[in-house]
Amino acid sequence: MSWLLALPFLIPILTALAAFPARARKLLCGFISVFGCALLLTTTIVILVLVETGGTRAAQMGDWAAPFGITLVADRLSAIMLVISGIVGFCVSLFSLSDIRKYRVKLGFHSFFQLLLAGVCGSFITGDLFNLYVWFEVMLIASFALLVLGGDRIQLDGGIKYVALNLVSTLLMLTSIGMTYGLTGTLNMAQLHISLAAVDNPTAVSALAVLFICAFGIKAAIFPLFFWLPASYHTPPVTVTAVFAGLLTKVGVYTLIRTFTLIFPSELQFPHTILLGTALLTMLTGVLGAAAHYEFRKILAFHIISQIGFLVLGLALNSPLALAGAVFYMIHNIVAKTNLFLISGTAKRLTGSFELSEIGGLYRASPLLSFFFFIAAFSLAGFPPLSGFWAKLLLVKASLDQAAYFVVAVALITGILTLFSMSKIWAEAFLKDHPKDYCQSLQDIPRYERYERLLPVAFLALITLVLGLIPGPLIDYSLAAAGELLKPGEYIEAVLGLDIQYVGNR
Amino acid sequence: MNSLILQTATRVLVALILVFSIYMLLRGHNYPGGGFIAGLIAASAFVLFAMAWGMEAAQSALKIPPSNLAAFGVFIAAISGMLALFSGEAPFSGQWLQVTGDKNSGGLTLSNVLIFDIGVYLAVLGAVLTLIFALEEPG
Repeated sequence: MSWLLALPFLIPILTALAAFPARARKLLCGFISVFGCALLLTTTIVILVLVETGGTRAAQMGDWAAPFGITLVADRLSAIMLVISGIVGFCVSLFSLSDIRKYRVKLGFHSFFQLLLAGVCGSFITGDLFNLYVWFEVMLIASFALLVLGGDRIQLDGGIKYVALNLVSTLLMLTSIGMTYGLTGTLNMAQLHISLAAVDNPTAVSALAVLFICAFGIKAAIFPLFFWLPASYHTPPVTVTAVFAGLLTKVGVYTLIRTFTLIFPSELQFPHTILLGTALLTMLTGVLGAAAHYEFRKILAFHIISQIGFLVLGLALNSPLALAGAVFYMIHNIVAKTNLFLISGTAKRLTGSFELSEIGGLYRASPLLSFFFFIAAFSLAGFPPLSGFWAKLLLVKASLDQAAYFVVAVALITGILTLFSMSKIWAEAFLKDHPKDYCQSLQDIPRYERYERLLPVAFLALITLVLGLIPGPLIDYSLAAAGELLKPGEYIEAVLGLDIQYVGNR
Repeated sequence: MNSLILQTATRVLVALILVFSIYMLLRGHNYPGGGFIAGLIAASAFVLFAMAWGMEAAQSALKIPPSNLAAFGVFIAAISGMLALFSGEAPFSGQWLQVTGDKNSGGLTLSNVLIFDIGVYLAVLGAVLTLIFALEEPG
């Protein structure tokens, strides 16, 4: 068991090491990467099945008993996040085969990509705050390398903004981890649930909560800490943006959910109030920013922010249904968002630009691609019967249950504005004619490249479609996951065992 | 920088710093120290060398590309963590090889913890030097 739970980060690290000496040979290196991702996906599915049938699993690294060593924990939320990371990793690595040029592969693209996956999976599976910090660092280093790899001037510009703000976030996180240790004498998350509730110092605990919101808020790109995201996400190759958009900000949201359901006592109400305010503002500013832009990837980047608002909203409402909504929304959003970025890459390949005013004619060039875009984009906007509709429905229903009509209004306005942006892309890039009458047909590009570009997109669109048509299983799963989050008894028992003796240094 | 004083002093200092970095690496087994800080100290020796004798001289003194060094370090660390697989214990469990004497009377033992730390040492040294050498290359 302990090896199985370590595999989600061991596999990408070993793949990264295997891809490193092969980096001079583009094809071989790419296949190692895809193979590693396939292995990762299989492992995560095994973990999901085990968790679903046998409940929360925990493993102690190096046989050091919790709460003193590093614990890995897979509960329902972790397991589904791991699976979705596996899916995104697999699709994006497949797409990268044709999108990433030879000189970037030579600089070690695939190794850094795998390292990024290791950081993401490690963050999802760890049950220890300091270990979480370590995985954040791995993620930061890998993402920075991916951002500036190849070294275009615009990439360096975006990279510096990205790394500067993320370093601030890391610093805040380290400070808050230090404070947590000072208050409780432990960093094991399950133990913290017990120890932090026993701390008789409300001022310090409140300060800690705010520090954690800021630290993870920068990572998650919530209002008003999101400005690093639109400044950097349109600069690197589209493969990189796709994996960033799918996974990085969601790790921030995941840690926010963990922190404020597991670590902090549930009686502490004010973090949820703060999060509710920021969630609404995040939704609105993101979608308004997107409405103002006319660059394919910038529009999508601003939409990431607006969607983060929905995810945080689920946490802020703090009811079983709302948290289930957040989990469902996260899965739906990762799939749809990654897909949209991948499609934008192929759109650029066919039309030559990301600027909406300079492109067009995609519908005539490739009806198939247009169909996939339609599914992903209108799912994002919450069109029934696609997956985004059920995600929004769960959150809206949760807000109605709490009589939060204002929240419902903001959510619906955001939905309409999202629809506006997606229609804008649809009309500009797909329906209107290309201004210079230069639009390659999908049939004109080489066959293997066509498959490498279309297969991941088709797979992700299929997931969106299936989630939309048969949402039942995932909604049940999300509800079960939300139940676990709100009653962390099973999680704590899996980590610490039945009889809990250690309470920390009060 | 072309300074006779710096160049002369560097000859002595680089050797001293490198020895000190090894000392820190081994000391980390039971006291403050360890692979990370030792790797940084070793990197500082090469940086000092580069300041005195130029970047090319430092690169050729290192003999192998620093990025390979970093990957090799991560490889060693990963392998040492997985040694526990053979004894059927949890990942990253300490494995001890008794070379002389027995455990209780203070014989010589080798551990995968030390191998892990050496891996960290090489990884940090390689990563830091990759960054510093890259900064110096003409764009």
